[in-house]
Amino acid sequence: MHQILARQEMAQGTVVKNVVAAPLVARKAKPGQFIILRVNENGERIPLTMADTDPKEGTITLIYQVVGKTTALMKTLQVGDSFLDICGPLGTPTHIEKVGRVICVGGGTGVAVLHPITRALKEAGNQVTAVIGARTKDLLILEEEMTAASDALFACTDDGSYGHHGFVTDVLKSELKKNKDTALAVCIGPVPMMKFCAKVTREFGVRTLVSLNPIMVDGTGMCGCCRVSVEGKTKFACVDGPEFDGHAVDFEELTQRLAAYREDESRSYNIFQGKGDLCTCEV
Amino acid sequence: MANTEKTPRQPMPEQDPKVRSRNFDEVPLGFDEKTAVLEAGRCLQCKKPSCVEGCPVEIDIPGFISRIKEGDFGGALSVLGEKTALPAVCGRVCPQEDQCELKCILGKKDKPVAIGSLERFAADWNLARQTRPLPKLPPKTGRKVAVVGSGPSGVTVAGDLILKGHQVTIFEAFHAAGGVLVYGIPEFRLPKKIVQAEMDHLAKLGVEFRLNTVIGQTLTVDELLTEEGFDAVYIGVGAGLPRFLNVGGENLIGIYSANEYLTRSNLMKAYRFPEYDTPVVKGRNVAVFGAGNVAMDSARTALRMGAEKVRIVYRRSRDEMPARAEEIHHGEEEGIEFYLLTMPVEFTGDENGRVRGMVCLQCQLGEPDESGRCRPESIENSEFTLEADLVVIAVGSGANPVLTRTTPDLGLNKWGYIKTDPKTGKTSKKGVWAGGDIVTGAATVILAMGAGRQAANSIHDYLTWGW
Repeated sequence: MHQILARQEMAQGTVVKNVVAAPLVARKAKPGQFIILRVNENGERIPLTMADTDPKEGTITLIYQVVGKTTALMKTLQVGDSFLDICGPLGTPTHIEKVGRVICVGGGTGVAVLHPITRALKEAGNQVTAVIGARTKDLLILEEEMTAASDALFACTDDGSYGHHGFVTDVLKSELKKNKDTALAVCIGPVPMMKFCAKVTREFGVRTLVSLNPIMVDGTGMCGCCRVSVEGKTKFACVDGPEFDGHAVDFEELTQRLAAYREDESRSYNIFQGKGDLCTCEV
Repeated sequence: MANTEKTPRQPMPEQDPKVRSRNFDEVPLGFDEKTAVLEAGRCLQCKKPSCVEGCPVEIDIPGFISRIKEGDFGGALSVLGEKTALPAVCGRVCPQEDQCELKCILGKKDKPVAIGSLERFAADWNLARQTRPLPKLPPKTGRKVAVVGSGPSGVTVAGDLILKGHQVTIFEAFHAAGGVLVYGIPEFRLPKKIVQAEMDHLAKLGVEFRLNTVIGQTLTVDELLTEEGFDAVYIGVGAGLPRFLNVGGENLIGIYSANEYLTRSNLMKAYRFPEYDTPVVKGRNVAVFGAGNVAMDSARTALRMGAEKVRIVYRRSRDEMPARAEEIHHGEEEGIEFYLLTMPVEFTGDENGRVRGMVCLQCQLGEPDESGRCRPESIENSEFTLEADLVVIAVGSGANPVLTRTTPDLGLNKWGYIKTDPKTGKTSKKGVWAGGDIVTGAATVILAMGAGRQAANSIHDYLTWGW
């Protein structure tokens, strides 16, 4: 059992932050790694990349968007409640080294995953520019933390309610134009965002890391549920990733595979919300 | 001797194939007391029992059978318990026809004693009455053993060493103990409450279980030996790396490794979705590649999930199918079709990336290959297509590198399996033993248990004498 020690709602309640007791995981975890969590006995196993860890306190920080039944159920948990199972740390950590100038681009809850990586890259002596984005001002998360973790921060909103009016890719493009010596881009967010970021960085020939979030079951390379095509080869995101070369990932296949259980997921969510067991089989 | 020939081998009562192919209840129903005593009476009680030679863990087979014959069903389990930590499991999933029953002297003229069914009876009878005896434990030795993996070989090591007074901790990556017994073998072949009862028994003996702990990630083998203070480590992590066919379209939605398909349906209970949260693709037209026990389990699971057509697709012929005869027979009774001498070329999908079918080629058998089996060769212009909206790949598994890649001084063979001394299970690393599928490649429950037994003896010697 893993108790929730602190809880905060972000982005108008669409995103929740939990600080959770998991001493063994906290001791080992490095930026870029994830855990697999199960809420209760009937629960599914879902992967979540850690937003922070505190080895001294024995805690990990999880920041997740409410998108379906499991995350909606997680949102109902309060301080003092517990998750039944947390397994980790899993996956290969981000390779942190001094490369010079780095740009870190995050969208939505991807910013939460990006934050510890950004901080580590700066601590390693890199010149770090951060770009974070959301649909609108109230949905932007971790601006303060990202400001502290980087040398310069740009915020973007799709509706122009805050910062740059437009997508993170606009700022990414102008920054790459301005700073020809950028050696690495780390782009983490929704699949379309990562895909378009990779398209921009390819034009400039800048090496690009993306962190993928395919559906998983065991998280230890045993089942192959999370397979992704990278440079035409099948990789398991749980052990070979979750980070891959953004210029080599087949994003179309990833998008399709993420939708594998869409009907089942909405059925489950409807039941949870008390809307009954609505059949969506014909969709 | 006189009346043995009069009593025929007692058949195992089973659920009707039409009914059972739509439910997840266990297929064989088990002997009742009367049938068990009758069957036990067939045993000749040989002075030099060859059945015991056929058993990888050397169970005193005539001993437990004679207890059943006398009606001492508790005593029968005590005899079993001396040699096996998993009697209810072994009675169900061991290939007795190739082991103890193959050696039974009665089998020469008549049918052998139904040893597996009797073992299962003794275990189930006691389980139903909660009368499983707890053996007397010797004084504690103060030595600590870490067992990595809670599958058949790991629990055998744990069961043996706890009875010798050592302190034993099992590390399991999943949230439930049992390894392949809980994620792989389906409910209708091995009810999960049976596995849980075996795990509970180990816990009662004092074995500690640390779930959700991945050795190689959460902790390394070296940390177990140093920071965690273990005197010996046994690695029984299984062969947890699924093999795929490496043909086009294999990442389409609805194509699963058998590991994923069975884990979703067994461990995560997807067959009870939405009561349980984990979904699984429910196919109407199902194709399962491979013809071992795992392929049979996958095919029969798909049938129970409501499939209309389930086909086993296999490159070789019926004679080469690696599954137990009983499993093939059960599958046939339930309506599984067999596409033998058939080789996949590629999978085809729809605009949403879901599998819709596959292109296959017919084969004929050529000369034997390095495995000793005839090599399947495709026949020119024999291409045909099969419709399928659910595909399960059950063509075996390889060595999972998560543990071994963080243990650099562990000697591996060229396929990534751990090299061990075949008599003791000792690895190249001091204080570390290994056994089961991570040493041999995918094999059976009982062979993994046999390897566990050997390693447990060697670990005990090491902890006692230092070698």
